[in-house]
Amino acid sequence: MTARFAATELNLSNYRTERRYRLMLFSMTAMLVLPVLIILAILILKGAPMISWEFLFEFPRRGMTEGGIYPALLGTIFIVVVDLIFAMPIGVAAAIYLSEYAPDNWLTRAINLAIINLAGVPSIVHALFGVGAFVIFFGFGTSILAAALTVAIMTLPLVIVATRESLQAVPQAFREACWSMGASRWQTIFTVVLPNAISGILTGLILEVSRTAGETAPIMFTGAAFFLPFLPESVFDQTMALSLHLFVVSTQVPEVPEALPYGVALVLIGIVLIMNAISIVFRSYLRGKKKW
Amino acid sequence: MVAAETRTKVLEVNDLSISYGPKTAMSGLSLDVYENEIFGIIGPANSGKTSFLRAINRMDAFDSQMNVNGSLRFMGTEVSAWRNDYALRRQIGVVFPLPVGLPMSIYDNVAFAAKLRGVKGKAALDEVVERCLTRAALWDEVKDRLDSLGSQLSGGQQQRLTIARALSQEPTLLMLDEFSIAVDPVTTMRIEDVLKELKKEMTILLVTNLVQQAERLADRTALFLNGSLIEIGYTDALFEGQTQDQRTKDYLEGRFG
Ligand SMILES: Nc1ncnc2c1ncn2[C@@H]1O[C@H](COP(=O)(O)OP(=O)(O)OP(=O)(O)O)[C@@H](O)[C@H]1O
Ligand SMILES: [Mg+2]
Repeated sequence: MTARFAATELNLSNYRTERRYRLMLFSMTAMLVLPVLIILAILILKGAPMISWEFLFEFPRRGMTEGGIYPALLGTIFIVVVDLIFAMPIGVAAAIYLSEYAPDNWLTRAINLAIINLAGVPSIVHALFGVGAFVIFFGFGTSILAAALTVAIMTLPLVIVATRESLQAVPQAFREACWSMGASRWQTIFTVVLPNAISGILTGLILEVSRTAGETAPIMFTGAAFFLPFLPESVFDQTMALSLHLFVVSTQVPEVPEALPYGVALVLIGIVLIMNAISIVFRSYLRGKKKW
Repeated sequence: MVAAETRTKVLEVNDLSISYGPKTAMSGLSLDVYENEIFGIIGPANSGKTSFLRAINRMDAFDSQMNVNGSLRFMGTEVSAWRNDYALRRQIGVVFPLPVGLPMSIYDNVAFAAKLRGVKGKAALDEVVERCLTRAALWDEVKDRLDSLGSQLSGGQQQRLTIARALSQEPTLLMLDEFSIAVDPVTTMRIEDVLKELKKEMTILLVTNLVQQAERLADRTALFLNGSLIEIGYTDALFEGQTQDQRTKDYLEGRFG
């Protein structure tokens, strides 16, 4: 008994427009995704044969043309961990301040502008700053600590911006309801705002790890070494790192087998993908706990 | 009239004005609200009703735009001179126009204020939760799902949840801002019955855009219009037509503008 109506010319033209826009937007998305897929495919095709227990857990041999990447892999992990220890608390705290406490005045606006500009400073400039500040002034020498701090400062804007956006996405009504029960700003942030902003904060964390693992210039000057025959023993030692190692084996040493740089690159990407996977699992676990 | 003045004044407002930046939302407001009465506030949009409520529980502390001047005493003490804002707000329950179920479980929504107050221990909290949900006429519907999210309840249930939450503060003053805007008529009636009961224990400030709701519930009613108080009177008298101002009469009879 459903009544059916004939589509008018206007309906049809609406459908056509709709289809056209959808197609256009889809092709833009495809253009974005396709290069990523191709890069990944090439990396896996050429690099996967390299990946083995030996490759991951042995030192490089014969002028880095053979053997594994263990010291570089471990070095990258060290730098990322030390970087996170500094960048996450400082970045999240700054974002909380800017989103929840800072009055809307010229100073706050200036700080926000500075953060955006900080993100735009070329990494080589950060590298030189890191040399001046951490290697020389604070006397950390070329070390894991100096490298991690340099990258931490460089990547702070990522954490701050991602966290601030997610805090601001929490509805104001929640805050007002909480305040009106006599909760302080901090109690409100802790019980209502932060739990609901957690996925944005995780996004910041992932961006942070990816950037830190991939940066080359800033750590090259401040703590990453071309080659070291031993592992670092403390944060005040130099270390090898995957990103620099990739640069070295692709351009600086002769007679490297073609597959080796691809293997290194695949491991580097692998770290980032694993971090992403962990955060997705964690996020859906949180959603399972039905926080929102 | 004489009898009324011997009662304790919960609110004493004198020449209160509220502005947001250059914009005045309320000016020259003076009124008293007594213990155990339901004080209705009616008036069209933009008349400053919500702003008045926000001034009482000092929401201006969170809004750099908002400025409050004049005298506003709660339980005899200037709200700005209270020991601290938090202690003041804990005595004032607020129910918002649209239900704001905090993104936590039903249980936590109601236990939150008690925890802020320092109530500890599961047994004590359980007692608060059951008592407040029961009084808000919601207990039977949610007692088997206290752990599910407050925001998963229906709109009308959520509004009763926010009332339970406000009650869990054990407030001296309960402020309801157009609470029935998103609630069906049956639930509205249930909540109205609850309010009539609550009146025995607390003072209720009822902002409403339903003139009949004020008529049903309020002992006295005030009409706000464009940021000023037009008239206050006993609700019965006002609805019988004993108004001082023609605008009140027009508004009550729905002939306005
Ligand atoms: N947070 C705010 N910031 C700036 N201006 C505001 C704010 N809240 C209210 N105002 C202004 O104050 C005036 C009075 O608003 P208020 O919310 O008190 O009216 P109301 O009587 O509650 O209206 P309604 O019946 O629509 O809820 C309005 O002009 C409004 O624009
Ligand atoms: Mg209002």
